[in-house]
Amino acid sequence: MRASYTEYHPRWLRRRKSTYWWLERVSYLAFILRELSSVFVVWTVAFLLLLVHAVSQGDNSYRQFLSWSASTPVLLLNLTSLLFVVFHAATWFRLAPQAMVVHVRGRRLPGAWIAASNYLAWALATALVAWLLLGD
Amino acid sequence: MPDRITLSVARYRPEDESAISFQQYEVPCHKEWVVLDGLNYVKDQLDGTLTYRWSCRMGVCGSCGMNVNGEPKLTCATFLADYAPGPVRVEPMTNFPVIRDLVVEIGDFMRKLTEVKPWIVRKEEKPLSEGEYRQTPSELEEYKQFSMCINCLLCYAACPIYGLEPDFIGPAAIALAQRYNLDGRDQGASERLEILSQHEGIWGCTFVGECTKVCPKDVDPAGAIQRYKLSASLASLKRLLMPWGVP
Amino acid sequence: MAKRSFEPLLWLLFSAGGVLAALLAPILLLLFGVAFPLGWLSPPGHEHLLELLRHPLARVFLFGFCTLSLVHGAHRFRYTLYDGLQIKHLNEFVNLVCYGGAIVGSAVAAHLLWRVA
Repeated sequence: MRASYTEYHPRWLRRRKSTYWWLERVSYLAFILRELSSVFVVWTVAFLLLLVHAVSQGDNSYRQFLSWSASTPVLLLNLTSLLFVVFHAATWFRLAPQAMVVHVRGRRLPGAWIAASNYLAWALATALVAWLLLGD
Repeated sequence: MPDRITLSVARYRPEDESAISFQQYEVPCHKEWVVLDGLNYVKDQLDGTLTYRWSCRMGVCGSCGMNVNGEPKLTCATFLADYAPGPVRVEPMTNFPVIRDLVVEIGDFMRKLTEVKPWIVRKEEKPLSEGEYRQTPSELEEYKQFSMCINCLLCYAACPIYGLEPDFIGPAAIALAQRYNLDGRDQGASERLEILSQHEGIWGCTFVGECTKVCPKDVDPAGAIQRYKLSASLASLKRLLMPWGVP
Repeated sequence: MAKRSFEPLLWLLFSAGGVLAALLAPILLLLFGVAFPLGWLSPPGHEHLLELLRHPLARVFLFGFCTLSLVHGAHRFRYTLYDGLQIKHLNEFVNLVCYGGAIVGSAVAAHLLWRVA
């Protein structure tokens, strides 16, 4: 909102944006929550690294990790994190078609196809990880 | 449907006041009346000092943008009956300095728009004897959506980043830059890259998406910006890895 | 010129991290954060996990996942601080904390993943 001042400009009313602008509309609040999911992505990495460390230290420390992750505060943190990272994934894939325009043989692929292929990739990645961890 | 409705209109008289105050006006509420009709009734019959911009009254000139009940709208396209029983709060668009009443200063946008060079840029012009630059319908489709912008600035009013970051170029200007970048006849993409890819040009955008929501012409500026981020960052990467390459 | 060349690159890393985090974080948290602790599914044995982690491809991939997700989180959080709290004027400090944190986290990830086996 910068503009050079001349003798006629000092009377323009410049309204300052409130620190709580993101509470003014539901869509702004949803946006900020989406952005805060970044904190829980970082926690996911930290949690994963704690797991890697525990596994590398032997069977005992792995079991300790598992029981620690069952303790109430950690469980609550992970439940909250799960909600936020799912929110991140859902919004990320929903917005992907707006960011990517794919041309095949000169024609544009419908946005729904891009979204669908993203969700498919999500399903496949989920299945792969589950199979790697739970399969024999 | 009631036959009268109250407009609660923001007033700002710079010679007398230093803040916005609200004045109530009761106007008829006909089925087909829009907020602009209400404002025109106020100016004609109730209070001739009310100041606001309008022109075509049919959604193509982009003059009558205002905040109606907190949402950026074209007042010529917003029906009073939808807000019955009212009152309807009419304010100047957010994120712009107010000159008087409902009139905002848009010089910042005009300057930023000029900076992105919203015209066909050619490195070499074809001689006249070779005729016009021809374009197929599918080539037109590539940028047509972004050419529908009427510069109404509702997207700037909706964008929180524009209100927070003075150097952010903003949705409409970036969408219009894309309109030319994607036009097959244009050769100015690298020139625009210089301006847009500077620190706050486009990178302040965090894809809130409100701009696309309020756009009356379905331009989808958010999509234009995200697509431009991808092409700009890939171009920067190419420059980084191959600085000798063709710009 | 130097300032200009960071943002595009950071955005590419942010996007890559966003995709990886979106694809993998939900299932990882669902299993190790919720399903195993609550007993819905029985966790993999130590031997099985160690075998998985020992594989060089797995460790390289996990390192990539950790690094990119950390950069994604740092980048997004940095802008949330700018826009949510309007502390843009502290941008040098914010950048240091966010990206510095991501770099430190990546170094920790590299160290821990190297040490498996």
